[in-house]
Amino acid sequence: MGNTDYEGVIGLEVHAHLLTESKLFCKCSTRFGAEPNSHTCPTCMGLPGALPVLNRKAVDFAIKLGLALNCRINRRSIFARKNYYYPDLPKGYQISQYEEPICEDGFIDIEAGGQEKRIRVKRIHMEEDAGKLVHEHTIETSTYSLVDYNRSSIPLLEIVSEPDITTPEEAVAYLKTLRDILLYLEICDGNMEEGSFRCDANVSVRKKGSKELGTRTELKNLNSFKHIEKSLNYEIRRQIELIEAGGRVIQETRLFNVDEGITYSMRGKEEAHDYRYFPEPDLLPLIISNEWIEEIRSVLPELPGEKTKRFIEVYGLPKYDTEILVSDKDLSYYFEETVKTFPEPKTVSNWIMTELLRELKERNIKPFEAPLSPQYLGELLTLVKDGTISIKIAKDIFPELMDKGVSPKTFVKEKGLIQISDEAEIASAIDRVISLYPKEVEEYRFGKEKLLGFFVGQVMKETKGKANPKMLNELLLKRLKT
Amino acid sequence: MKITREEIEYIGHLSRLELSPEEVEMYTLQVGRILEYMEKLKTLNTEGVVSTSHAMPIKATIRDDGVSPSFTIEESLSNAPDRFGAFFRVPPIIEVDE
Repeated sequence: MGNTDYEGVIGLEVHAHLLTESKLFCKCSTRFGAEPNSHTCPTCMGLPGALPVLNRKAVDFAIKLGLALNCRINRRSIFARKNYYYPDLPKGYQISQYEEPICEDGFIDIEAGGQEKRIRVKRIHMEEDAGKLVHEHTIETSTYSLVDYNRSSIPLLEIVSEPDITTPEEAVAYLKTLRDILLYLEICDGNMEEGSFRCDANVSVRKKGSKELGTRTELKNLNSFKHIEKSLNYEIRRQIELIEAGGRVIQETRLFNVDEGITYSMRGKEEAHDYRYFPEPDLLPLIISNEWIEEIRSVLPELPGEKTKRFIEVYGLPKYDTEILVSDKDLSYYFEETVKTFPEPKTVSNWIMTELLRELKERNIKPFEAPLSPQYLGELLTLVKDGTISIKIAKDIFPELMDKGVSPKTFVKEKGLIQISDEAEIASAIDRVISLYPKEVEEYRFGKEKLLGFFVGQVMKETKGKANPKMLNELLLKRLKT
Repeated sequence: MKITREEIEYIGHLSRLELSPEEVEMYTLQVGRILEYMEKLKTLNTEGVVSTSHAMPIKATIRDDGVSPSFTIEESLSNAPDRFGAFFRVPPIIEVDE
């Protein structure tokens, strides 16, 4: 960040698309990727006379997130109109929440740079998304804009943090933690490329130790963790340099240019922020009962933070393993299911982090889509443990087991892969190898001990990889000495 | 006067209304009168009264999540002044200052 006299002050606004079937105020589908303007109706197109009716599930989801982020759930909240003219906003206003949002005053605990930190959540409010503008070429050179209203009125939660974040690293940690929570709650798919998890950042800088907030800029268009970190770094540096050179920061919206790695001023044609909010007359106050909240609370899943702690405590896993396993809810379930059949957590974790993850990635599938079920993985590891097959064989057949979804026990029996643990059989393979390589045996006995590996390899070849490695080693050493 | 001509012009612009000088004059007077009346209401003692955004003491009706058929693309675009395939086409909306 260059100048260390300054610190960044960052507040984040996250927009999360909710995984409802239908839109926030009408029954049009929320499915991504449909033909443009095929998920529209009088309500989400803002035709005169159409009235909004609130989707219960969107409220369920808002309560869920509010509880997960330690917020107060307001028993009464109201919707408001945010007025502005833009082609992606068919009604000329967006239905949002302003003065009385559904959730307030929560927090998210994050970890960045080895430090734990609590970031306060100011509010979560419900709102509808706008339509989508598509541009020919780039946004700068386009001679017209195209509008698709499929996205218009898809339910969003906007999660607003307090400006407690001081570094780009913390910002990314906050966003990743929040995204993980949304995924665990199964209320948002977290897809940044498709725009279902979007982030704007308010950034200012101040001298360290100062309590006053500087003038802030708003960064938009941040659609990957990498871009967020880069643009925040750039923007903080830009503001510090500006102030040090005697200039001052102008309050404005800036866009991040991915190719150049810089932020630049975006100026719309219109007066920036005069939204003239007022209570939405078409929607009555949203009243949430204690029973409703308790019902949601009772189905809250274990969240990533708690799970991480439990995995470390109960399974004695290293932090590194835990982070990988917990980062994907399904993977953490897969792990726990496997441990039920093979109760050696660290071994299970190793196999999941290396073999399983590699094969999942190669096939581009989720843990539970793998034909190799947790039970089968447990079975495979048991075969290794009781010496039926070697680790090497287990690793070799892993991809095939992933494809076939058959019992590893049956598989190794049918393929004749069961480890040779018969001393006489291994000894005779050793004899064959030794008679084939008299020169190497001579060299070994004269001190070229690294040839041992060569002999092991040859015997393995001789036994098609099935020799019990431990026995092979012992017998080979003994044999070479005589 | 509770509101200035400039403010009326500004609000007119935000609302995309083209106002003639006579209209600006007229609305300045009319809106001014409404605001004066509001001032009068403000003098009432409303201590202990919960702020009201809706006249009736009823709560929102809520529906269950579920999809029903939407417009066809043709229906959707039937009021479009200009179109491009299945999209509405509008003038460009961004000006950028480097």
